[in-house]
Amino acid sequence: MAGTLKFSPDDRYNAFITTCREAPFGDGALGGTAIAVKDNISTAGIRTTCASRILESYVPPYDAHVVGLLRREGAAIVGKTNMDEFGMGTTTETSAFGPTRNPVDPERVPGGSSGGSAAAVAAGLVPMALGTDTGGSIRCPAAFCGIVGLKPTYGRVSRYGLIAYANSLEQIGPMARTVEDVSRLMSVIAKYDFHDSTMLDRPYDHRPTADIAGLRVGVPEEYFGEGVDPRVAETVRDAIGVLEGLGASTVPVSIPGMRHALAAYYVICTSEASSNLARFDGVRYGPAVDTRKTWHEAYQDLRQELFGKEVRRRIMLGTFALSAGYAGRYYAKAQVARRNIKEDFERAFREVDIIAGPTMPTVAFRLGEKTDPLSMYLSDILTVPANLAGVPAISVPCGRVDGLPVGFQLMGRQFEDERVVDAAFAYEQEVRR
Amino acid sequence: MKTIVGLEIHVQLATTTKLFCGCSTDYRDDEPNTHCCPICLGLPGALPRLNRKAVEYGLRVAKALDMEVPEDSEFARKNYFYPDLPKAYQVTQYDKPLAVAGTVEIEDDEGHEKIVRITRVHLEEDPGRLVHVAGGSKYSLVDYNRSGIPLLEIVTEPDMRSPQEARRFLNKLRTILEYLGVFDGDREGSLRVDANISLEGSQRVEVKNISSYKGVEKALTFEVTRQKNLLRRGQTVTRETRHFMEGRGITTSARSKEEEHDYRYFPEPDLRPLRVAEWVAAIDLPELPVARKNRFMQQYGISLNHARTLTGDPKLADFYEEVAGVDPVLAATWVSDTLLGELNYRDMSIAAVPPGRIAELLGLLRSETITDKAGVQVLREMLDACAAGKPCEMPAAIVKREGLGKATGGEFTPIVQAVIAANPQAVEDYRIGKKGALNFLVGQVMKETRGRADPRELGRIVSGCIETGGV
Amino acid sequence: MVTESDIEHIAELADIGISRDEVPEFTTQFNAILDYFEVLDTVQGESAPAAGIINVFREDEPRPCLPQEAALANAGSTEDGFIKAPRVM
Repeated sequence: MAGTLKFSPDDRYNAFITTCREAPFGDGALGGTAIAVKDNISTAGIRTTCASRILESYVPPYDAHVVGLLRREGAAIVGKTNMDEFGMGTTTETSAFGPTRNPVDPERVPGGSSGGSAAAVAAGLVPMALGTDTGGSIRCPAAFCGIVGLKPTYGRVSRYGLIAYANSLEQIGPMARTVEDVSRLMSVIAKYDFHDSTMLDRPYDHRPTADIAGLRVGVPEEYFGEGVDPRVAETVRDAIGVLEGLGASTVPVSIPGMRHALAAYYVICTSEASSNLARFDGVRYGPAVDTRKTWHEAYQDLRQELFGKEVRRRIMLGTFALSAGYAGRYYAKAQVARRNIKEDFERAFREVDIIAGPTMPTVAFRLGEKTDPLSMYLSDILTVPANLAGVPAISVPCGRVDGLPVGFQLMGRQFEDERVVDAAFAYEQEVRR
Repeated sequence: MKTIVGLEIHVQLATTTKLFCGCSTDYRDDEPNTHCCPICLGLPGALPRLNRKAVEYGLRVAKALDMEVPEDSEFARKNYFYPDLPKAYQVTQYDKPLAVAGTVEIEDDEGHEKIVRITRVHLEEDPGRLVHVAGGSKYSLVDYNRSGIPLLEIVTEPDMRSPQEARRFLNKLRTILEYLGVFDGDREGSLRVDANISLEGSQRVEVKNISSYKGVEKALTFEVTRQKNLLRRGQTVTRETRHFMEGRGITTSARSKEEEHDYRYFPEPDLRPLRVAEWVAAIDLPELPVARKNRFMQQYGISLNHARTLTGDPKLADFYEEVAGVDPVLAATWVSDTLLGELNYRDMSIAAVPPGRIAELLGLLRSETITDKAGVQVLREMLDACAAGKPCEMPAAIVKREGLGKATGGEFTPIVQAVIAANPQAVEDYRIGKKGALNFLVGQVMKETRGRADPRELGRIVSGCIETGGV
Repeated sequence: MVTESDIEHIAELADIGISRDEVPEFTTQFNAILDYFEVLDTVQGESAPAAGIINVFREDEPRPCLPQEAALANAGSTEDGFIKAPRVM
């Protein structure tokens, strides 16, 4: 039954950049369900800003593939959610539209960069939302806000219409309060798209089952070491204990490439970003560039004014990492490190079915707590490996530390998203009882 | 002082759609920004999808130039800012091109065969087109219709030794590309050239973006002179990039910051690698220019020059083969000497000429129904009609209408007699052995008969009349 | 170590304006980050040839283009169907 969903939420956490007061919907698997979409995913006729002033008034003439799929299944797209500008952040504080607050504790960040989607779900404004995950941007806010978020296998969900930050790392994925809803949303968005050449035709069509007897769970020492809050580590070990109680066995594994992971990740994502974000010059879209100046001058002024500082910093870092004389030391080495990490995962997955650990090394930061870029980057250490290896990873809530949610991260083999969903589902069902 | 020339040629491949999206490439007569989609406009979030045909065309060229196709090939981003480049990077190929190490055979300045080595060929996307507003305007206008048209970049070794060799190389390359059916040379801007030129022992100069064949020879000739003059005056040639000003036939320095490029190439993460080396074996090449030229000489018994001219353009060669049946040697002469000249004069393409009509005309000439001179007149009438878009009349009809049929001897006897009677002095001169006098008399008769008579036959009739005292 | 003039050069290359008082801040941050990146010097091995999905194509079949209004809709300024851009000299 098609119709219009009235949507006027009490957005006290600043989860949305744009809301659609009257959202049309149709019939289908998501008929009439309110869905929030991260504001870096193109929606025809609804402005798509990436939380940047440079796209403040940009209205895409086309839908991202996943948005088309949502509409086809009858979903009501009720708004576009706040995020770190272009996805570049771990807290949703770099948005040009102001930070999003964490519904669990409004003095805390919701995590990022899909902080608006996580907050909208956690605050009960929508049952489900789409996020995107380049180095943890779905799992981190899911962990910080106490909800479930899945980063699918690279190549399982179309990136067509996702405004690129780091093409080789990122995926669109589902966020919801329960594993079951994450799985439902995943079933809708994971369908082949001709436009995305990096995709395989491996649709996700799965109902989660809680039977994990015999599942071999790898526990990498690197996920419980230095920099990880011991209370977070303990909470996650308890969660692993729950899986064992359900008939899973645990196996110690090692990802030695982890020591290079964060550096490799930041070199690769900033390199790709420096190229992806070069097109924002105020000519074809965005606030008009001053055509009276010569082009370098005009571009430089516009990009200084309309990009936030973190975006400019990452563009410059990537420009440097690719530049003559440095590409060999940074970009090329990062690619080797990435391959090594991928092989580490492949090796580990010959012995285990799932790798488990914390999603984030700590609970949610206070707003404004992280001021130094490097210390912010370091908090991504446990999420970036899955992006570098292209494997699926889910974050499911597993208790609290200081009253704040802790995320339990489960990673699987490529294209075994179903298995990580099942493991998360088994855990969730067990602790919910 | 040895001149050293190397070329980079950008060829628009004649695919139906663009390199990475389904927009039509047939944009030349259309409004600006009407052949665009999110992909070729570089809208945020759009992703490229590679046109298989462009890869096939590239491989066809690779095979024809006897190139090696590496196992792995991939696309890369070349990052630079320019208002015609919608994504601020060009998707091209960098360290893994489609094919490497080929050859093209040309004639050097002494007429000997020589080899120009091809370094590599790779695929890339054309940028949009900038229109500079006249009248010193402060901005430029961009049309993205051209954005994403597939280009094949062909890079040569510095193997050419003169501007003329460079021109011959380009002609040869163009012919090969047309034979392969991957390129339409009639489209404006479909072939653009960057030329590197140096005098032995001096710095190299790059002349950018020359957009015609003739332009290449002109630009290079200008550069040779300019560089030689510099050296003669004891100055040195600076290593630099120069622009060719087509209208003025000169090159000017492009000294600016944009010269120090750092393109920050890296593999295009939105496309997957190519592994197409094994496709090459299955490619069926058409008969290429050299083979066709040799066959023409053998099969039709025509001269090297005619064969070379006729095979210089596949459409012309096809045309010739359609009309050769009547009398191959006669046809070769008429097509390459007469018809081509008349077409050039009218700026017409061979495609506009109906071969059937030309075959009929050749039939009339062979049966000596009309003279060569009348033949030219019939040809001109037909071409004028074609050029005006009118139906092309049958040659026989034109002959009849214009009364161009070759007159028989008896028909002009009265005219001959009248001319002899009117020119006693010339008759006298002929009698005392002045050969020029006969030509004069024949000319007078020709004038009267409006070219319908064969001059040699007329000569016999006139001399016969005078000698037999037929006056 | 990068210097302030390196930072200015990188900003230029990236076509990103940077104000004079930002230069020291960016330089310090860059150096901290690049110190951390030094760990990449210890990476062992060579880059392997690309694996995974290869030869992804579309057929040479036309698809509809955007109408001109849609192509121009987001442009800051247009003229006679063209998009206005800064001058190139």
